[in-house]
Amino acid sequence: MTGSFEEIIARDQRIEPRDEMPDGYRATMIRQISQHAHSEIIGMQPEGTWITRAPSLRRKAILLAKVQDEAGHGLYLYSAAETLGVDREDLTERLISGKQKYSSIFNYPALTFADVGVIGWLVDGAAICNQVPLCRSSYGPYARAMIRICKEESFHQRQGYELLMTMMRGTDGQRRMVRDATDRWWWPSLMMFGPPDAESPNTAQSLAWRVKRHTNDELRQRFVDLAVPQAEALGVTLPDPVLRWNEERGRYDFGEVDWTEFKQVIAGNGPCNAQRIAQRRAAHEDGAWVREAAEAYAAKEAVA
Amino acid sequence: MNWPLYEVFIRGRRGLNHVHVGSLHAPDDEMALRNARDLYTRRNEGVSIWVVRAKHIAASSPDEKDPFFAPSGDKVYRHPTFYEIPDEVPGI
Ligand SMILES: [Fe+2]
Ligand SMILES: [Fe+2]
Repeated sequence: MTGSFEEIIARDQRIEPRDEMPDGYRATMIRQISQHAHSEIIGMQPEGTWITRAPSLRRKAILLAKVQDEAGHGLYLYSAAETLGVDREDLTERLISGKQKYSSIFNYPALTFADVGVIGWLVDGAAICNQVPLCRSSYGPYARAMIRICKEESFHQRQGYELLMTMMRGTDGQRRMVRDATDRWWWPSLMMFGPPDAESPNTAQSLAWRVKRHTNDELRQRFVDLAVPQAEALGVTLPDPVLRWNEERGRYDFGEVDWTEFKQVIAGNGPCNAQRIAQRRAAHEDGAWVREAAEAYAAKEAVA
Repeated sequence: MNWPLYEVFIRGRRGLNHVHVGSLHAPDDEMALRNARDLYTRRNEGVSIWVVRAKHIAASSPDEKDPFFAPSGDKVYRHPTFYEIPDEVPGI
């Protein structure tokens, strides 16, 4: 009644943990879900530095809730990855030893409080473009985690945009901060969709398995089309001299991403790669006593 | 060190069943409940939480699904549509 892996995929139904699946599919899902989980966890860091320096209690509460959501996203995704037979401890180890990657975007620093707003607007905005189609990914636990995540992301983007609108109504110095942060985050945000289709060898297989629903370039275009009117409404200019509306295509034309920079950041040479991993490792090691104490307490209670 | 895996079930509102939402690791039942609250109900998504050690769940296996569920396949008389009732009979 449920049929083979190929039949389930052809009917656009979901693969569940105990179903048979090709080794390649399992390996692809483990890699994609764990890298996604790592990205959420490392993604707490750039903004997280601003929690103690948020300019008001309101902004601090919002930022704290947002960063806590990102921790939650990481945990939903580790939970989905574990259904494929990997171990969470092992995934953490692979992250802090640099064996597994996370999104290149989080290797850039958040230099001012305007960066918090721009990250919400552009980085979470790009994440939403990537993640909405993943709610229909063929692997059931991943798709369900994405539905939960997408519901929470819209708060992230809106709080960021609202923060920026507030700053744009403020002083010249605040407007300068918004423009500067936009300039710095625009191109790295476009890189979040991954290499151009011509250089993305796994895309065809991922589309066939319905792990992905759109190519990198399709999603990048969709993001640009959404972001340009938002930038206009905000009163900032995106740092791309060739960006313009193409009447014929009904979409925006935009410039070429600096793929050399992208490759450098992926290879570990971005502005903050070493710092991000060092901080994650320190958090893990500094938390060891908590894990040990909780385990000792559980063992004592089990005996009593 | 590896804390045991717990599966988490949430009752979204009064009147609904608990539904599986995911899993987490915790050292004991009480911490599992607290972690589940923080992880899965940050926006009032639940009024009740169940956590259960994953190893205590027995599951049917997909390889045997056809024979396992076959006994209900040929019992059409369990469905109301099996019975012919004339259209003019009201309320049935
Ligand atoms: Fe997220
Ligand atoms: Fe987010």
